Amino acid sequence: MFAIVHKRQLSESVFEMGVHAPQIARKVRAGQFLMLRVNERGERIPLTFSDWSADEGWIRFIFMRVGKTTHLLSHLEVGDALADVVGPLGVPTHTEGLGRVAVVGGGVGTAVAYPVARAMLEAGNEVTAIVGARTKDLLILIEEFEALPLAKLMVVTDDGSAGEKGLVTAPLARLCDAGAIDHAMAIGPAIMMKFCAQTTKERGVPCTVSLNPIMVDGTGMCGACRVTVGGETKFGCVDGPDFDGHLVDFEELMSRQRVYADLEREADAEFSKECSCRL
Amino acid sequence: MPPVDETGRRRPSRAPRTPMPERDPVERAQDFDEVALGYTEEQALAEADRCIQCANPTCIAGCPVNIDIKAFIARILERDYAGGVAVIKERNALPAVCGRVCPQEEQCEAACVLSRKGEPVAIGRLERFLGDYDLACDLEHRCRVEVGQDSGRKVAVIGSGPAGLACAGELRRFGHAVTVFESLHAPGGVLTYGIPEFRLPKSIVQAEIEMLQATGVEIVTDAVVGATYTLQELMSVHGYDAAFIGVGAGLPIFLGVPGENLNGVYSANEFLTRVNLMRAYEFPKADTPVWRGRKVAVVGGGNVAMDAARTAKRLGAEQVFLVYRRSEDEMPARREEVHHAREEGIEFKMLCSPQEVLGRDGWVTGMVVTRMELGEPDESGRRAPVCVVGSEHTIECDTVVVAVGTRANPLLTTATPGLEVSSRGYILTDEDGATSIPGVFAGGDIVTGAATVILAMGAGKRAARAIDRYLRDSS
Ligand SMILES: Cc1cc2nc3c(=O)[nH]c(=O)nc-3n(C[C@H](O)[C@H](O)[C@H](O)COP(=O)(O)OP(=O)(O)OC[C@H]3O[C@@H](n4cnc5c(N)ncnc54)[C@H](O)[C@@H]3O)c2cc1C
Ligand SMILES: Cc1cc2nc3c(=O)[nH]c(=O)nc-3n(C[C@H](O)[C@H](O)[C@H](O)COP(=O)(O)OP(=O)(O)OC[C@H]3O[C@@H](n4cnc5c(N)ncnc54)[C@H](O)[C@@H]3O)c2cc1C
Ligand code: SF4
Ligand code: FES
Repeated sequence: MFAIVHKRQLSESVFEMGVHAPQIARKVRAGQFLMLRVNERGERIPLTFSDWSADEGWIRFIFMRVGKTTHLLSHLEVGDALADVVGPLGVPTHTEGLGRVAVVGGGVGTAVAYPVARAMLEAGNEVTAIVGARTKDLLILIEEFEALPLAKLMVVTDDGSAGEKGLVTAPLARLCDAGAIDHAMAIGPAIMMKFCAQTTKERGVPCTVSLNPIMVDGTGMCGACRVTVGGETKFGCVDGPDFDGHLVDFEELMSRQRVYADLEREADAEFSKECSCRL
Repeated sequence: MPPVDETGRRRPSRAPRTPMPERDPVERAQDFDEVALGYTEEQALAEADRCIQCANPTCIAGCPVNIDIKAFIARILERDYAGGVAVIKERNALPAVCGRVCPQEEQCEAACVLSRKGEPVAIGRLERFLGDYDLACDLEHRCRVEVGQDSGRKVAVIGSGPAGLACAGELRRFGHAVTVFESLHAPGGVLTYGIPEFRLPKSIVQAEIEMLQATGVEIVTDAVVGATYTLQELMSVHGYDAAFIGVGAGLPIFLGVPGENLNGVYSANEFLTRVNLMRAYEFPKADTPVWRGRKVAVVGGGNVAMDAARTAKRLGAEQVFLVYRRSEDEMPARREEVHHAREEGIEFKMLCSPQEVLGRDGWVTGMVVTRMELGEPDESGRRAPVCVVGSEHTIECDTVVVAVGTRANPLLTTATPGLEVSSRGYILTDEDGATSIPGVFAGGDIVTGAATVILAMGAGKRAARAIDRYLRDSS
């Protein structure tokens, strides 16, 4: 069992959680993820490490409440425990010698973008962060980003309720056009990553994306996470999660993410009946 | 007491082999409960009575771990079941498991003298009878391996499949402290995530593992060696004096045909893991879903393919096809499983090779296959299938399960500098399992490629003895 040592609500449906896991905390690097199970009947789900302390023996992740497992997770408090936490898994994000980097976080992807931006800075890169959400209330980690020594922080909302109105691709395109960046890193919903990849490709700027296919074990044993990159099948969990965005087949990724959509709704509906809160 | 002749010698029974009581195929194909029910005491005695207690028992040499089969059958005849269990446990820590899944028809039973003239003694079923007898006792009364005097040495066992478990058990006999590191959340390896409940109930695997824990084996789950820990770190920081690697060959192979990433195409590993380990058949009571196809095509001809096909049937498929590129005679699956699959209505499409998976809106709608003919024998001695030109046709299906084998998972080996592997990624060892790193041993599927439970156990045990020698020499 892994004791929960920290919990903070970042927005209506986004939470930050810390877990006592000293062995894992010693190993984590930015861009890696964990698999967790809430309880004995639980599903294994992947979440990216958002922060960690080897000295204090904890790891943190930020999750958005989207279905049954993340819903269950949101109800746990400090003092409760998770059945399983496994990691760190996946290849760490490549941060060395990239130069001027735009780190783009969309929605809950912002949670992953934050430690990546931090690691990019630590590796000596110049970092511009673009943080986007549908609306002001869904923006997360703005204060944390503001505290980083960024070249610039650009905030974007679909409805213009905070920062620039529009999509993250607009400031990204401007940065590319101005020749202000050497590399882009986009993390968020598949559709956002697809358009970031397209925007950068058209402008000749390399773009790394952090993919989020469905996973079961997270260690290369099942192939649930397979994605097509440059015409080749790769396993998201061991070959990724980071890939060259210009080569990823996003249509396939989006299709594969929907495999269990109906069943997930069913599980969630069953669960909502028992659960007092509304999702 | 068995009948004796005038000279006082026992006269073995000439009765035909005692059939295994099994559940009705129609009924059993609707749930995940065990298919073969096991011998009653009476049936076990009747079957044991067929053994002629040869002066030169050939069966023993047929067993990969040389269980004293003649002796355990003699114990059954004496109704000394606990004694029988003890005989098996000398060589094999998991009789209830092996009695169920070992290919006895190719091993001990093929070597039994009676098989020359007729049907061999049902050694596997008798083994299972004793294994189940043992598990039915409460923990104190079960046959327990003698734990050796504390040696003060610590061994890390990586992977909790049959190889790792057998190695751990044996190391305790020598008095070494043992910690098993398992990457999944439950121990047992393929016994837990791969072989389905209806063939090997998980309660049995669990009971065997509890027994090992009772002898002092510590099991740490959620520990991926190569990620959570490195092997070097286990030895240098965590104080392990030696290590055994039994991580299996868990990386699924796909066909490499177009359409293979469509929704509805599974590796057998994913399909079986969802159902066995994550209990997706209880969805939504268990949280992990599995796509329940109406028409399922399973590609392959081994035990894994049979398990996947029979699992699909139990999930409610109307039709399940088994698509195999050679003929039924060449299928590597156990005869018994092939027979069970047929009884349950699995449709065999032999001499068919998949060319493409067809789909609409991202979902599988069918699979194009070519007919094959058998040509000259290949290096495996089996006749190699060759394509019949122009014989493509489509099998309509909404799910495809690919069960054409597995490879070595490079996760641990690539994170372990100095560990020599073959060109295909399997760990290189000597006969005792010693690897290129002093004090590090390996065995099971990660050395041999996908094989059998008993071979993995044998390798684990052999390595444990070598580890014991290594620890003595290095002290
Ligand atoms: C490498 C990786 C890193 C991720 N990091 C984060 C993160 O830091 N924060 C965050 O909020 N989310 C992250 N995700 C997504 C997160 O895993 C899913 O939101 C979560 O699994 C949803 O589970 P659920 O039961 O609550 O919802 P469900 O109702 O089960 O599913 C909602 C949607 O989530 C996705 N999903 C469901 N099950 C899985 C699964 N086993 N594996 C992957 N995706 C699944 C599907 O697209 C599905 O349609 C990451 C995914 C991956 C692959
Ligand atoms: C569906 C199926 C049916 C089968 N049916 C039969 C049968 O009827 N009869 C028979 O004899 N054989 C059968 N086999 C084959 C048999 O199960 C295997 O040969 C045997 O389990 C191999 O044992 P092992 O200990 O080497 O590896 P495994 O059983 O594969 O166990 C390896 C363990 O190591 C863990 N692991 C992997 N990497 C790491 C890591 N880096 N760190 C920590 N842990 C790790 C894995 O999670 C796993 O638990 C079947 C196999 C399958 C898949
Ligand atoms: S070879 Fe057959 S008959 Fe002879 S001892 Fe072994 S099981 Fe009995
Ligand atoms: S999640 Fe199973 S192989 Fe990647």
